[in-house]
Amino acid sequence: MINVESLTRYFGDILAVDRINLDIRKGEIVGLLGPNGAGKTTTLRMLTGFLRPTSGSIRIKDYGIREHPLEIKKLLGYLPESAPLYHDMIVYDYLHYVADIRQIAKEKRLPRIRKMADLCGLNEVMHRPIGELSKGYKQRVGLAHSMLDDPEILILDEPTSGLDPNQIVEIREIIKKIGKEKTIILSTHILSEAEATCDRIVIINQGKIVADGTTESLKQSDSGECVVNVSLKNADLESVRKELTSIDGVLSVGRADDDGGGILNLRISCRSSADIRGDIYRKIKGTDWILLEFYRETQTLENIFRKLTREN
Amino acid sequence: MRQAAHIFKKEFKSYFVSPIAYMVISIFLVVVGWFFFSTFFLFNQANLRNFFALLPIIFSFVVPAITMRLFSEELNVGSYEILLTMPVTFSDVILGKFLAGVAFVAALLVPTLAYPVSVSLLGELDWGPVLGGYIGAVLLGASFCAVGIFASSLTRYQIVAFIVSAAICFCLTLIDKMVFLFPRTFVGVLEYLGADFHFYNISKGIIDSRDLLYFLSIIFIGLYGANIVMQEKN
Repeated sequence: MINVESLTRYFGDILAVDRINLDIRKGEIVGLLGPNGAGKTTTLRMLTGFLRPTSGSIRIKDYGIREHPLEIKKLLGYLPESAPLYHDMIVYDYLHYVADIRQIAKEKRLPRIRKMADLCGLNEVMHRPIGELSKGYKQRVGLAHSMLDDPEILILDEPTSGLDPNQIVEIREIIKKIGKEKTIILSTHILSEAEATCDRIVIINQGKIVADGTTESLKQSDSGECVVNVSLKNADLESVRKELTSIDGVLSVGRADDDGGGILNLRISCRSSADIRGDIYRKIKGTDWILLEFYRETQTLENIFRKLTREN
Repeated sequence: MRQAAHIFKKEFKSYFVSPIAYMVISIFLVVVGWFFFSTFFLFNQANLRNFFALLPIIFSFVVPAITMRLFSEELNVGSYEILLTMPVTFSDVILGKFLAGVAFVAALLVPTLAYPVSVSLLGELDWGPVLGGYIGAVLLGASFCAVGIFASSLTRYQIVAFIVSAAICFCLTLIDKMVFLFPRTFVGVLEYLGADFHFYNISKGIIDSRDLLYFLSIIFIGLYGANIVMQEKN
């Protein structure tokens, strides 16, 4: 459906997107993650044809972005970051104008606008100027705009930024609902959102793709080692370290932040191939240490994200 | 082309949503009416020559005020991104906005039709120069619109767009008044560059292809410049 090859974009001397390769199949919901300034918005803007790539190619269906920008724009619905709309227009007029430009047939226009208004919950604000709407409603108008002519591909740049938790849930539901039939690419820096809505996650850092896959595969591929947290009383670091590192599979024992009171908080990192919690427990049982807490850290997307984007 | 028509419709409508349009129209009518009629009865001649002579200099300020928002506002709000990711070409956008500006200038001139009507009640009015004057006024307005659109595409600040385009229009209007500052060899060239000079020819009722060509080239250069700026932006 969408094929991106060694896509690169410079702004002057600054390299914003660095040789990105991406292949997106029909029906996928892809989440683009990355810290601020990683190149998410630039990538999306190039996909929509708003920015011209410095080099590399984008093909959507059978069209190349350089040769057939108009055909590609017809296939795409795009919601830019923070939904910049015409402030002096009434919501209804605005949607009508978009329907004109997107060349929706006259008889389909009203039903389509009505359907979008229902889907995005715009019925109460249809006759109010966009400039007077709250941020959440603006975002919904933007969403209605992007889906108005039922495009095959939706590109949403931070669709939930600036919304309150209720609105975030609503917008997510909408995305999930329409995602059953459409290809959706959305960018976000809210990790739980990506985890909740996307089939596939692409993490970008400093213009490069650093990870690409489903949430599960990302978690697995990263977990070369896992961490077991232990809190002990009546123990000293040296002897604990000596005892525990003798277990096969333990890589290191480090001290986590201390909360005082003679309690020793430890992070034991170990190979994830073997579950050694039993061995650790048995070791501790053989001493006179008092075990207060004992749990294994599960790999979260957050950890993976931080690990991938904080390096260098 | 159909896309340009949709953009035209939207832009033209949105002029009349904001109070600025009505303010510009009223200021224009008050200024023109006052300057024209304050000396009209002294000359005791039933013609509109003085009215048309006023237009170039007044248009140099009024037309930039009309065109300044066309691109700058979109760049400032960010709706430029939405506009360009819809299935339209650069020329659709430029043409739609340009025609909206020209239509607004034409709307501006409609109330002034009261002048020739009332003058014709006072004496024998020759309608030829009046018709020529209005054709010339629309051409002049269109040329200044093209300049204004170019200036507006340069910046996200409406006030900067206004100043840049007013400066260019002002120069085009006054350049043939400054010929005495330059050596004799330049006189012809400078005169040809002046919008005032060509407008004066048309408003005499003579429609000459050279004058038409002049206005059409200004329009073309302005719109082409805007196109280049848009290409550069992306």
